[in-house]
Amino acid sequence: MRYVCSICGYVYDPAEGDPENNIAAGTSFDDVPADWACPVCGASKDNFEPES
Amino acid sequence: MLPVEIKKDIFWVGSVDWNLRDFHGYSLARRGTTYNAYLVKDEKIALFDLVPANHVDELLRCLKATIDPEQIDYLIVNHVEPDHSGALPRLMEIVKPEKVFCSPIAKQALISHYHREDWPYEVVSTGQSISLGKRTVTFLETKMLHWPDSMFSFIPEDKLLISSDAFGQNLASSERFDDQVDKTLLFSLAANYFANILLPFSPLVQKLLDKVGEVGWDIDMIAPDHGLIWRSQIPEILAKYAEWSAQKPQRKAVVFYDTMWKSTERMARAVTDGLIAEGLSVQLMSLKAAHHSDVMPFIMDAQAIVAGSPTHNNGMLPLLADMLTYMKGLKPQGKIGAAFGSYGWSGEAPKQISEFLQSAKVEIVAEPLRIKNVPTDADLAACQEFGSRIGREVNARVPA
Repeated sequence: MRYVCSICGYVYDPAEGDPENNIAAGTSFDDVPADWACPVCGASKDNFEPES
Repeated sequence: MLPVEIKKDIFWVGSVDWNLRDFHGYSLARRGTTYNAYLVKDEKIALFDLVPANHVDELLRCLKATIDPEQIDYLIVNHVEPDHSGALPRLMEIVKPEKVFCSPIAKQALISHYHREDWPYEVVSTGQSISLGKRTVTFLETKMLHWPDSMFSFIPEDKLLISSDAFGQNLASSERFDDQVDKTLLFSLAANYFANILLPFSPLVQKLLDKVGEVGWDIDMIAPDHGLIWRSQIPEILAKYAEWSAQKPQRKAVVFYDTMWKSTERMARAVTDGLIAEGLSVQLMSLKAAHHSDVMPFIMDAQAIVAGSPTHNNGMLPLLADMLTYMKGLKPQGKIGAAFGSYGWSGEAPKQISEFLQSAKVEIVAEPLRIKNVPTDADLAACQEFGSRIGREVNARVPA
């Protein structure tokens, strides 16, 4: 499941992860650490919603 | 200022801030700025964007030269930042508009800025249009360009894009259009604005440029919220935005530093000599002479960042911390760099700077260089070689 940042629209795709911020490809959104932040706008994880 | 008709029945009705220098508390506007508002007289009368609270009288005076403000039906808030919405509480009392159009996030932001849930908000999202009578207005949310609430308004009948904070420049002038001032000055100010405001959102700018291409808007005028209106150089400013947001580094280096007793300054000059010897274009900037917002346009298109500070109280000098923190927030991409500085006994600063550059995703290409107290000729030769080494790294990455 992909998750969308409700602030800036960045899409977290588990297939890609966020390697620049130490989130390996294949990491599900649930397994992303709680202190991870949106790489575009810096919003916290709880600002993300499942992609509709 | 008096209103200026920019299209038939569409007027610039903003305010020129001739004396502003501190822009938003973090950058300098050395030529002042403008707050642009746009009035469209159609069957519905609409006012796009506003001015800061302390310029509301100027806005009202300008409006009254063309219309009774009470006749305005719609206020369109493309951006909530207080230099564009600060006049809203006063305008709401005077205008009593039928509707206030804004993006979904802007509605929340307006409420948390002005604490008025009772205003007649009308939330609009990307692709939605409203009719003003003969004209329509289509909205495009431009989240994080450069706030989450940001939005564009496009009037297809007039080929007019009201672009909020994108494509702006900080310039106070009696002119209103891009072809009425010196082109070099205008693009330099647009670059400064991009480097200090939009740089972190470069990937979004790229997407936006694609999106504007996809929706196929036929634009012959871009009206930003700061500075002059683009009507003659639209392909040029769009090309510049594509170039700046691509962040493709040039064969350039920026050397910035602070100094106590001029040893680090002498090192900086020698490092610069080394970079120049490798054929680079170099900007050498003392942070006592250059404000951090004046350094950023040079960083924006440089391949290398070389930063120097003597060690003071076991750390770097405050102006270096300021510059590095500011630069890191603007997320310049694809840079290489290195650090240097003189020291008396402990000498931590260059290593600290180097680590900070690394944390800002700058690739470190040389070990931090330290010189004790006052550089000898041999030390300065080592500094020059340090610069040359970085210069060769630049040349390896950026073809001539």
